[in-house]
Amino acid sequence: MAEQSPVLEMTGIRKVFPGVVALDGVDFRLYPGEIHALMGENGAGKSTLIKVLTGVYDIDGGDITLAGAPVRINGPLQAQQAGISTVYQEVNLCTNLSVAENIFIGREPRRFGRIQWGLMRRRAAELLARLDLDLDVSAPLSTYSLAIQQMVAIARAVDISARVLILDEPTSSLDTSEVAQLFAVMRRLKDEGVAILFVSHFLDQIYEVSDRLTVLRNGQLIGEYRTAALPQVQLVEKMIGKELAVLSDVEDEAQSSREKAAEASPVIEARGLGRSGAIAPFDLTIHAGEVVGLAGLLGSGRTELARLLFGADRADQGELSIDGRPVTLRSPQLAMKKGIAFSSENRRTEGIIGDLSVRENIILALQASRGWTRPIPRRRQDEIVEKYIKALQIRPADPERPVRNLSGGNQQKVLLARWLITEPRLLIIDEPTRGIDVGAKAEIQKLVAELSGGGMAVLFVSAELEEVLRLSHKIEVLRDRRLVEELENTDGVDADRIMQTIASGATS
Amino acid sequence: MTTTDTPPAAGATSAASLNPRRRTFKPNTRHIPVLATLVLLALMYGGGIANYEKFGQPSVFVNLFRDNAVLLVVAVGMTFVIITGGIDLSVGAVISLTTTLTATLLQGGWPPLVVLVLVLLLGSLIGAGQGAVIHFFKVEPFIATLAGLFLARGLALFINQSSIPIRDETWKAISQYRIPLADGVVTKPIALIAIAAVLIAAAVLAWTRFGRNVYAIGGNADSALLMGLPVGRTRIAVYTLSGFCAALGGVLFSINSTSGWALQGSGLELDAIAACVIGGVLLTGGSGYVFGALLGVLVTGLIQTIINFQGDLNPAWTRIIVGVLLFGFIVMQRLVTRRAK
Repeated sequence: MAEQSPVLEMTGIRKVFPGVVALDGVDFRLYPGEIHALMGENGAGKSTLIKVLTGVYDIDGGDITLAGAPVRINGPLQAQQAGISTVYQEVNLCTNLSVAENIFIGREPRRFGRIQWGLMRRRAAELLARLDLDLDVSAPLSTYSLAIQQMVAIARAVDISARVLILDEPTSSLDTSEVAQLFAVMRRLKDEGVAILFVSHFLDQIYEVSDRLTVLRNGQLIGEYRTAALPQVQLVEKMIGKELAVLSDVEDEAQSSREKAAEASPVIEARGLGRSGAIAPFDLTIHAGEVVGLAGLLGSGRTELARLLFGADRADQGELSIDGRPVTLRSPQLAMKKGIAFSSENRRTEGIIGDLSVRENIILALQASRGWTRPIPRRRQDEIVEKYIKALQIRPADPERPVRNLSGGNQQKVLLARWLITEPRLLIIDEPTRGIDVGAKAEIQKLVAELSGGGMAVLFVSAELEEVLRLSHKIEVLRDRRLVEELENTDGVDADRIMQTIASGATS
Repeated sequence: MTTTDTPPAAGATSAASLNPRRRTFKPNTRHIPVLATLVLLALMYGGGIANYEKFGQPSVFVNLFRDNAVLLVVAVGMTFVIITGGIDLSVGAVISLTTTLTATLLQGGWPPLVVLVLVLLLGSLIGAGQGAVIHFFKVEPFIATLAGLFLARGLALFINQSSIPIRDETWKAISQYRIPLADGVVTKPIALIAIAAVLIAAAVLAWTRFGRNVYAIGGNADSALLMGLPVGRTRIAVYTLSGFCAALGGVLFSINSTSGWALQGSGLELDAIAACVIGGVLLTGGSGYVFGALLGVLVTGLIQTIINFQGDLNPAWTRIIVGVLLFGFIVMQRLVTRRAK
């Protein structure tokens, strides 16, 4: 491979946005027949680099050569013509059109201006067969799963230009077997000589499929490595720099607050609480200053349990008491009044309002609890928001920026800030770290540990066992919509032990 | 993104095994609204024949095309617009401007061919202008074409507020010309022009890149852009086409009535939208056929015919029934799309 010349070479790429240098002299090389991972935290410049390659952004400096010839990419169409195709995380196809049309639209085979449907369908079927996909090409794309839609997008990209294929987080909404199928397609294309740029947050996937990787941090090039020659720990270090130390701090903090929590009084107590069809009756006590982790597979009832405690769904059996007094949580408003806050797992659809500013998003819950007749004075708003932007290190630290322009990790922090300013006694956070990078994850974990140290009770829901183990004092294991075991998080408990419980469901 | 309720097709094998089931149960959800309209049309026609003596005569059906030629042509243009997810409220006003201008110019002694080309160009230009405003300034189609409505209607009233008779020989000749189809069955040229418009439009939608781009934009305009499709050009072209169709409708109107009037065609844009919706063109865009719009026009026309045959019914019943049908079809569309998702 070293003998070959790169199909794509970017040197000294510079891109400046008002107030931010997004890319600062970045070099990037891509060889034919390789899968090259682009690594970095959110905000490291990955997206910007990809947008430069696809012609969405124009560069402020540097050179791009494609197959030895200098190019200037001015738009998505031109990028395609130059041989660069992109498949994004969100499938950018038209689901109302057929599979074949989605592959060929804009390039349909024609004769005297008339589209040759038969030929088009045949060619689509051949192309998909090359990728080991057997689909009904005349069926509307909407009849297929997201994973299949993604492969159709790849088929289209490959057929347009087989030189450079950019896959921007294609795996984030796929399950394990779908990922395996995607990788099979990627390897097949690699064998055909396609140069693939791959972006993913999952380190395991990077190590499974990529040949080389390039690491960016804060818009700068950290280095280019052979994946096999770079241990994971070193990769993480390069991605997040010195901040790695944060993670071990978190663990210490969690340990120290553990002793305190044991003697505190219970904030919330559930006895036989349940909702048929959602979660079987369970007992759960959360003390002040305690972090309780919910572990279990997707669909095991984690979110359902959390929603009962917040009154988002009504329990149809059992009792709930807050501070020793029995309550029935009829609605989230009532729960909020009782000092319970719930940060939802779907930050895009249920939490963040993209068009509102950071300030407006943060102030939302507090304003709601006061009622609209008593608006929070603007000066007070600014004080609160400034304090939390600083405390949670929300970047960019501009309260008036629309939230949709923030990275996933920072949106999550805004969401947390929204609930924190209501000064809840119990904070329920559902999957706060999903889809955000390692550095932001560590910051959010650290924050949770600090909050519980300050006496707040936290119910922490996460699919990542490592995270649950690191933070929780107590771990509730769920399986098939049933709380199967409660584990004190002592030294004897590790990920294997929890996985065993999840797998077997038995109480040992 | 759309989520499908088909089981997650993990591998190629499971995806393939889905196909037979989909084939047997629902041939294509997109065809259901059109088929429903076809069934409704057949039922109404059958009911008419059963109840009224002369309803079964071929001339009754043939006259539907003659009486609704203008609406049909306008609905064809509207179909393109609605498939892209837009709407064109200006078409009725463009018709009134066209008829007024045509009548005025013909009375002024302009050559008929020049007048024809001129008004068709003007209609297209108004459409193109609206399309450009919608595309370049990201204005909602509703607002942009509402502005077009006021502009065109205002211009028409400015030219002349009263009805202007057309005495031009060519116009009168076309108006009086009859085309024999069969024994005792004749039709007018305007009906054939309308049918030709339907056929050409259907072919364009099904077999040209422009037609497919129209569907793609209605399905997901952002995706269409990222797939490198000429979204802006197509969008402007669609409104241009709608403007052209409206102007053509206006010409047909002036031929049929041998007059021009600035209040001609008031509310016709809504009739066209109603016909499209009844014909299964989804207001959210991305789905629908010109053939469906044709069926929608025929349904409304047939209602009117039945009311005429009944004789003792208030003509307002046409609107009442169209209103009820619209409700029914919108709810059905909702159900069909929800199931498809």
